[in-house]
Amino acid sequence: MKLITHNMLTSKSLKGVNVGFPLKICATEVKEVAVDFNPEFVTRMIPKLDWDALCQAAESLGCLNDLPRSVNPNHENDEEFLKKAHHVLLEVEVIEGELVCPETGRKFPVNEGIPNMLLNEDEV
Amino acid sequence: MAASTRRPEHKAPPDIFYNEEEARKYTSNTRMIEIQSQMTERALELLALQEDVPCFILDIGCGSGLSGQTLEESGHFWIGVDISSAMLSVALEREVEGDMMLGDMGQGMCFRAGSFDGAISISALQWLCNADKTSHSPPKRLFKFFSTLYSCLSRGSRAVFQFYPENSEQIELITQQAMKAGFTGGLVVDYPNSTKAKKMFLVLFTGGHQKLPKALGTEEQQNTGTDHIPYSDKRERMKQIRGKAPKKSRDWILEKKERRRRQGRNVRPDTKYTGRKRSGKF
Ligand SMILES: C[S@@+](CC[C@H](N)C(=O)[O-])C[C@H]1O[C@@H](n2cnc3c(N)ncnc32)[C@H](O)[C@@H]1O
Repeated sequence: MKLITHNMLTSKSLKGVNVGFPLKICATEVKEVAVDFNPEFVTRMIPKLDWDALCQAAESLGCLNDLPRSVNPNHENDEEFLKKAHHVLLEVEVIEGELVCPETGRKFPVNEGIPNMLLNEDEV
Repeated sequence: MAASTRRPEHKAPPDIFYNEEEARKYTSNTRMIEIQSQMTERALELLALQEDVPCFILDIGCGSGLSGQTLEESGHFWIGVDISSAMLSVALEREVEGDMMLGDMGQGMCFRAGSFDGAISISALQWLCNADKTSHSPPKRLFKFFSTLYSCLSRGSRAVFQFYPENSEQIELITQQAMKAGFTGGLVVDYPNSTKAKKMFLVLFTGGHQKLPKALGTEEQQNTGTDHIPYSDKRERMKQIRGKAPKKSRDWILEKKERRRRQGRNVRPDTKYTGRKRSGKF
């Protein structure tokens, strides 16, 4: 699971959960992969992101580095900034671990990079 | 899906039907791969994304990533949801670029509001018409699916489903629940008069009433009598004009392999056979 996915993912399908975001990440294995830098894609994604949640997630995985805590308002012309965002969004992957619902504590396992969001019938 | 065989949805629930053996077919059967990617090309066309803009797409029932790879080839990034871990394992093996998760569409799409620029689903929606557990009610699961999908799409975007309805009641059930969830739109049936080439697409809009796209292979269209879908030729010509190698050409394959080598992945060496046409027999 990449952090771009984590930034969109919620546990609101669980019965009784309102927001279900952000899911807490407890990772036992994290991997970095190289992905082609696409400044246009990153620029288009930035307004959709919850930047605080992204920073929190990156920090919990120890990969925040020098990612700014707030979005540069002139980000489309700031290649350095876009590259840092690109790295955190697309190149860091949680391979093994758990995602934890912030409201109920329900854990969703992540195996081989794939979060298991399947619910039991009594949780729907 | 030939009429003589029983429909897969009647055999077993999807997480059981799509086991390792079934998932394997999605890497070995070139005919199947070709059909899935052709249908995805058409779905992508019906999605009517802004030209030449890399988008963030949801692939529902992404399976082994065949549909997702077509999205990648068009420059988009995708997130896939599927109920079968065997299918997702094959997708991992195939080193798709999208990110995937295990999930049941009938339990809802659990993403933040406005996340995606569009959604596609290839050959999966008919599965929701079945009750695989005693607690399942197809209309309720369809409504949950469509209403949560509606919310995670950005305003004005579309969702396009290629699907295999069993009968007209299923079409009605599906469209009714989609409209109840706030979508507008309807069915686009390509090549309606050909048993072999006929394909159904449910095209859904989030932005209020719009004109449905024209189907292929109807009176106005020249029916070629084959199941070849002509738009892909057009797309390829456009790409050539824009300077990208046409899809599946030798240059295109070499470029893709080179990109993957740069990413440090295992890539088979280039030979004189790379990108050669195989004979049409299977
Ligand atoms: C025919 S395959 C197509 C896969 C892929 N879209 C492609 O074009 O190659 C249908 C897929 O739908 C998935 N599916 C069926 N019911 C589902 C459900 N309730 N939730 C999520 N995925 C489901 C199956 O597991 C299977 O991978």
